[in-house]
Amino acid sequence: MFKRLLTLITKELQLAFRDPQSRKLLILPVILQLVLFPFAATLEVKNATLAILDQDHGAESNELVQRLAAARAFPTPMLVTSQAELEQVVDEQRALLALEIPSDFSRALAAGRGAQLLAIVDGRRSNSAQIALGYAQAIIQGYSDERSAAAGRPAPSRVVVRNWFNANLDYRWFMLPVLVAIITTLGSLIVTALSIAREREQGTFDQLLVSPLTPGLIMLGKTIPAILIAFGQATLIALAAVFLYRVPFQGSVALLYFSMFFYALALAGFGLFISSLCETQQQAFLGVFTFMVPAITLSGFISPVENMPLFFQGLSWIDPLSHFVLIVKGIFLKGFGISQVWPNLWPLLLISLLTISTAYWMFRRRIA
Amino acid sequence: MSNSIELAGVTHRFAATTAAALENVSAAIPAGCITGLVGPDGAGKTTLMRLMAGLLRPSAGTLTVGGVNPVAAGDELRAMLGYMPQKFGLYEDLTVQENLDLYADLRGVLGAQRTASFTRLLSFTDLAAFTERPAGKLSGGMKQKLGLACVLLGRPKILLLDEPSVGVDPISRRELWRMVTALTADGLSVVWSTSYLDEAERCSHILLMNAGRLAYAGPPGALAARMAGRSLQVAAITGNRRAVLVRALHAREVMDGVIQGSRVRIVLREAGVAPALAPLEAGPDARLEVVAPRLEDAFIDILGGGPGGDSALAEVMPRVTVDPAIARTVIHADSLTKRFGTFTAADHVTFEVPQGEIFGLLGPNGAGKSTTFKMLCGLLVPTAGAASVMGIDLRRHAARARQRLGYMSQKFSLYGNLTVSQNLNFFAGIYGLDGATRAAKIREMVDTFALGPYVEVTPDALSLGFKQRLALACALMHDPAVLFLDEPTSGVDPVTRREFWAHINGVVQKGVTVMVTTHFMDEAEYCDRIGLVYRGQLIAVGAPDELKRDAASAEVPDPSMEEAFIALVERHDTEAPAVAA
Repeated sequence: MFKRLLTLITKELQLAFRDPQSRKLLILPVILQLVLFPFAATLEVKNATLAILDQDHGAESNELVQRLAAARAFPTPMLVTSQAELEQVVDEQRALLALEIPSDFSRALAAGRGAQLLAIVDGRRSNSAQIALGYAQAIIQGYSDERSAAAGRPAPSRVVVRNWFNANLDYRWFMLPVLVAIITTLGSLIVTALSIAREREQGTFDQLLVSPLTPGLIMLGKTIPAILIAFGQATLIALAAVFLYRVPFQGSVALLYFSMFFYALALAGFGLFISSLCETQQQAFLGVFTFMVPAITLSGFISPVENMPLFFQGLSWIDPLSHFVLIVKGIFLKGFGISQVWPNLWPLLLISLLTISTAYWMFRRRIA
Repeated sequence: MSNSIELAGVTHRFAATTAAALENVSAAIPAGCITGLVGPDGAGKTTLMRLMAGLLRPSAGTLTVGGVNPVAAGDELRAMLGYMPQKFGLYEDLTVQENLDLYADLRGVLGAQRTASFTRLLSFTDLAAFTERPAGKLSGGMKQKLGLACVLLGRPKILLLDEPSVGVDPISRRELWRMVTALTADGLSVVWSTSYLDEAERCSHILLMNAGRLAYAGPPGALAARMAGRSLQVAAITGNRRAVLVRALHAREVMDGVIQGSRVRIVLREAGVAPALAPLEAGPDARLEVVAPRLEDAFIDILGGGPGGDSALAEVMPRVTVDPAIARTVIHADSLTKRFGTFTAADHVTFEVPQGEIFGLLGPNGAGKSTTFKMLCGLLVPTAGAASVMGIDLRRHAARARQRLGYMSQKFSLYGNLTVSQNLNFFAGIYGLDGATRAAKIREMVDTFALGPYVEVTPDALSLGFKQRLALACALMHDPAVLFLDEPTSGVDPVTRREFWAHINGVVQKGVTVMVTTHFMDEAEYCDRIGLVYRGQLIAVGAPDELKRDAASAEVPDPSMEEAFIALVERHDTEAPAVAA
């Protein structure tokens, strides 16, 4: 039996790497994502435009405008001269954030009273505008603290922020471990769902079914290469993350691969399940996307799972990606050990058990 | 105008580096009749059709269709040309009427003319009762008729039909033929492409193509007449007719030979120079009868003769020994029934195949022959009834039964991206051959089928004949006792087909039992017995000659296999008309 299985695995790997089309399908996304993701999909706001309406023109307001203009996040602040102009630049999305400095700003500060600033945030781009507002607030806070110190008044109590695990909040540190998870998804699904559909189209699947191979062995012959290919892809990304993008790797390599094994297994189960519903490669492709898109959305990679309605949090629990994203990030950045990984590992074990057995059942039923 | 289409030195290459799909074809296609564009798959028929339809520009040479250049005068051409490609663009989810409406809109057939055209075409194609049925739910024959109706909406003067009879059962094929013949009576010129040589015999004019070249142009009768006196049958054979065929093909006087029911048909190299009867060992009563030559005889003659009857495969195959207790029922279908929802695809099909027999399942597409076949080789589990191979129940001991059977389908299910040796290794591996046994078996297959120069090539790059050899090698690597063949040689040129059947005849002599599905009448003649499947039921079982005798009538005293098929199906319909659709 083992030798027959070995034959199946060899064939699958030969197919994956001999055919230029499938070779491209396996390697190209890895390279593309590796180049694109860390740069294009950054959440950092670097080139935001800030509009300032300074109705005061006092020394204090000038100082504040200078400080804002010097920030890296706002390379080209726009100075507007009227309320109407301010509204216009926000309307036309030329400014993400607008600050209005009232005419009594300097006077109020000089009198030792608190001064008020009005910030207008473009709610259509809420995420980046909020982040930009955060930057602006930090600058204003800094200015205010300095003034208090200069005046000999104690600064009001304030929050000191330390970013643990990613001290400089470098988004690449956060992105690349997640990429390890996403790319692994693609590899597993392609080898399971698409390759079975292709064998169906070419008629070789019938040839397998008339052979003495049992359905279980045929499935295993698809699952193991899927895991191997996922490992290969993940290794490429992980190496690039560590050596190219200098993302620290704090945890254990063995634990990463151990968790990845069950993650890839769970996915292979989904892939086999999709393939048991599909007749052609085209259907399988659609099936893979129907799975991939919600899987990524629900994984907590784009928005935190805690923010989702309860029902979707439940769905997110079934999504193997949501667990694996936490595991990879934990192992990469926090140096998770087995005890910290376990809360996300046992759901993966359960999901893989469930998907593989469902796929097996569907597989047998289809042949019957 | 006496010629509807003229070709002068037409050559077409799809890429500069590849062999020409068409090489220097010059011919004239007469107007007002059916011209057959005849040849095996890959002969260049579709390329020529597409050139005539103005969809391709020839690499060299000129052609005129209806007096115009099909590319330069595209608009003029489209006004008089109807083209029905192999997969005509019917919208499967639209009804018959909606499809007609769509094509009428596209063709600008409006007003009173539209209503009149619909009435005329629906009655012509016999589809009036099915206007509300989605096109996807029509039988193969009805789809072709609907396609034809859509093409005829444009009232073409020239009609190009690309393999219209593929996937069409003999009865519908006859109707389709009758319809198109009626069209020529109105002055329409038809080009009908086909890989069936028996179909070509009915055309008034043929262009016979092989490997991109024109092998013959003219009336089919004149081509067959060249062979006058060279076609013979060895009749009243006692003993093994397959062995007689092999001995006949050894005779120097014999160019080609095939099994035809209980007889052996041979073609002589020279008219009147027949081989001596005694060395054929065909039995005391055997005699040679001169028969009418067929187009296929002439085609083989053009191709330089048949491949001979020896099978290198048979020499290396070990003899299959079967427990005498099951020798009568090596394949056993016991009340096999398969239902898909409310549709019964196979209805209590029962038959037995003894060791060393070739048993054929013959029937129109969708009749249930594939379903029955799949249940017997374990690809489908029957709803009721049982299937066994070598006495092993396929449901209970599937793996054990499958180790004894080999399977080869029409598509030559090989891994197109793996090399020949990787394919051989794979199929040897899944049947549990390893180490020295595997290496020896692969070497044996490579030697037997002369695959040596191609081991590092992918099957996609092989010619059809070599692909077929490789598929056969993969199916036989584990020395199966039973061989399942799913339409193994449809569309294959006659020389390659003969080579294939020489191998099959060879392994049968070694005790292998063969089960084959086919809708190809010539292939049916190779079988010892045939089961006729129609509407899910096995309506007749018997040797080809028995079925023909059974179907003989006063009008058709000596029916061909196809005529016998039609007669038996029609008889079944009149006896059991209750299930008519």
